[in-house]
Amino acid sequence: MTTLTPATPHAAPGAPREKPAVVRGLSAFVRARETGILLAVLLVIVVTTVKNPSFVFSSDGWRDLLLTPSILVIVAVGQAMVIITRSVDLSVGSVLGLTAYLTGRLFIDIPGIPMIVVFLAGIVLGGLLGLINGALVAFAKVPALVITLGTLYAYRGINVVWAGSDRINASDMPKDFLALGTGQFLTIPLLTIIALVVLIIAGWYMKNTRGGREFYAIGSDPAAAGLYGLRVVRRLLIAFVASGALAGLAGVLYAARYGTVNSQAGSGWELDAVGAAVIGGVAIFGGSGTVWGAAIGAVLLLTINRALPIIGVPDFWQRAVVGALIIGAIVLDRVLALRQSRRLLEAREETK
Amino acid sequence: MVDAPAPGTAPALELSRVVKSFGAVVALRSGTIALESGSIHALVGENGAGKSTLVKIIAGLYQRDSGEFLLRGESVDFRSTAESKAAGIAVIYQEPTLFPDLSVTENIFMGRQPTNRFGRIDRKAMKTEAQGLFRRLGVNIDPDRPAEGLSIADQQIIEIAKAISLDASVLVMDEPTAALSGVEVDRLFAVARSLRDEGRALLFISHRFDEVFDLCDTITVMRDGQYISTDPVADSTVDEIVRRMVGRDVTELFPKQEAVIGDTVLEVRGLNSAGVFHDISFDLHAGEILGLAGLVGAGRSEVARAVFGVDPYQSGTVRINGRKVPPNSPTAAMNLGMALVPEDRRKQGLVLESSVARNTTMAIRRTLAKAGILTSGEENASARVWASRLEVKTNALDTEAGTLSGGNQQKVVLAKWLATNPTVLIIDEPTRGIDVGTKSEVHRLLSELAGQGMAILMISSELPEVLGMADRVLVMREGRITADIPREDATAESVMFAATQAANPGDIAATHAPEEHVA
Repeated sequence: MTTLTPATPHAAPGAPREKPAVVRGLSAFVRARETGILLAVLLVIVVTTVKNPSFVFSSDGWRDLLLTPSILVIVAVGQAMVIITRSVDLSVGSVLGLTAYLTGRLFIDIPGIPMIVVFLAGIVLGGLLGLINGALVAFAKVPALVITLGTLYAYRGINVVWAGSDRINASDMPKDFLALGTGQFLTIPLLTIIALVVLIIAGWYMKNTRGGREFYAIGSDPAAAGLYGLRVVRRLLIAFVASGALAGLAGVLYAARYGTVNSQAGSGWELDAVGAAVIGGVAIFGGSGTVWGAAIGAVLLLTINRALPIIGVPDFWQRAVVGALIIGAIVLDRVLALRQSRRLLEAREETK
Repeated sequence: MVDAPAPGTAPALELSRVVKSFGAVVALRSGTIALESGSIHALVGENGAGKSTLVKIIAGLYQRDSGEFLLRGESVDFRSTAESKAAGIAVIYQEPTLFPDLSVTENIFMGRQPTNRFGRIDRKAMKTEAQGLFRRLGVNIDPDRPAEGLSIADQQIIEIAKAISLDASVLVMDEPTAALSGVEVDRLFAVARSLRDEGRALLFISHRFDEVFDLCDTITVMRDGQYISTDPVADSTVDEIVRRMVGRDVTELFPKQEAVIGDTVLEVRGLNSAGVFHDISFDLHAGEILGLAGLVGAGRSEVARAVFGVDPYQSGTVRINGRKVPPNSPTAAMNLGMALVPEDRRKQGLVLESSVARNTTMAIRRTLAKAGILTSGEENASARVWASRLEVKTNALDTEAGTLSGGNQQKVVLAKWLATNPTVLIIDEPTRGIDVGTKSEVHRLLSELAGQGMAILMISSELPEVLGMADRVLVMREGRITADIPREDATAESVMFAATQAANPGDIAATHAPEEHVA
């Protein structure tokens, strides 16, 4: 990263100093936090492909590249929305597990149930579980970290009681449904398309609507948001319901993709989701970052996982690399934030 | 734009006999004020006079217990800040409330951004409007820059831009100039006057009389949560206003014993902390109670914390009995015989979840313990001595400190520090939030301790307390000591004057934002 173009903190109002839209768009792209992560993803892909061309240039390689991160992208988008409001949702792995199991059970217990009903059931259950999280956080005023750590265990416990040692197998579910998990459209896996649609909608909402911007405001300064008269409780509830519903959707897709679901499905996914968001530049204390960043973070996380064995990094080190990535991302964020605030302060001194 | 007031119409905003209490504490006994459109109204009063409570009721942050609240002649009940905002009231708090991560433009329009029919925010329109607002206010602020790193003055301009874009008919500014330099104050006043000329009603809260008299049309005085008077500024004088602010009987409520003033015990020389306080020098003698007076935010507590070593300072020395107290080490200060009873006892003085006994012995644990082990028997024995001396009202020493009344909590904190046998006691707001009965007990105790030769530095925002207790009064204003008044000459007026008037108005630019206190 070289020095960024110095900001123009005091452009004289009215002075026609606007650059053409293309130039501004390009410079915004170069400066965006997400660009760095995207470059890292490309770097990993290029290096691995040089070592083993089939990583990209084979139909399986291409499919896996897109398919592997798709479900995590969906969960990470929800997670990013929650983290941006200065909360965190650690229960997403358990929500995913519950809805994945629900998916299998519905197909077994109600033969011939329409697929759309199963999808809706998964999303609604996820949303309800998210609503419980949100309500506890917003009304009980207990930090989300604690609440969702509790529901992480509670939801998983319900799953274990419900499923016992039972396991849903691919043969229990209809072929059409399982085809979703592997199907493609113009060589792009269907799951990836679903993930992209989710990402585009969430990204648009967060960037362009009042509701989305209020998420950022609340995360940036919760006390100010209250004084401002923003509906903080409502926004928090929406964030948690969105995160739960997306984890619910991910659970249904999980069942379609893997075909087998036991009571431990999705264990540990919450950490991948938080990791993806943080790597993607979502500030852990809220207020900044984008769902796009979180999605790219998810891609980087899972692509590295697959690339390391190919490059020849032993199993043992793979987790350590992921850890280093997360710490690196947080340190980078901190450094960038400090540099930004110093720059802003300097700009202020100059104009005094 | 707001219509100019037709003669004889209702005031833009009117509060009469508004009452607000928190539990047993009455913060506002009778809040009365009437704001006219096209006029700037000043609200003045001592710390704790109820100004902030009044503002928070106007803002919809607090709900009044009783009394009338009329907006343009109609009764209103705001249950949230959103409702008061929707009704056209904008409040600019002492510490601006902006979202640091978001752009200046977003900060102005948050929650009511212009949107198209798909709910998409029209960023271009928003930016154009922000530029228009800044042009009108005559400031150069890049609408795209984040709010982070803006000076307090610029942040206030953003708040004012927000208020204008809301087309607020009533603007409340709670000590907006406290952290501004002279030029910035001039700019703010120019803006305030132009808003007045547009027909808006402004409420201006300030401790600086030069500013009040320069800017405002009408002045209302409050004291002890009560409305005192409202007059045109043109017919008022500073002396008269100050008298009304403090004008209550300084009775012999406090049984101050005559004590023999001994040698210098604590010697503070040239203490500086950039942006917090400057050139603080004073002596404290054995048997003396030295009152440290001033307005909230004048830097009194900060000086106390620096002297005790909790906060760092850049230059200067502190000596006890001639021995230098190393900076930044409360432990060293304690070993040299200093004790600090902090202002916020719930946060800084007590472990609310621990027992009375444990709290009392907290500061002497190390000397009380044998071979590093502290038995509860010894703890209780030591605690009992102090609890009975201070008459802490509690059934058992193992009661949780958090369940005691404010007065008894304060006694436990005192007991904790007195157990260390200090030669210098610094006590910050000894009777804040304590009922009158316990108050005089605390005062008698302080007086007794001084009688036994202890040197006491007492920070207090309550003038009667300072005047009644102190042998000598130091007054601070904006980080500097502005007066050193002996007991005989100390009057409410002389102290208040030193606390509010700069020697050269406007040339002392405070660089820090005073803390906001709930009055």
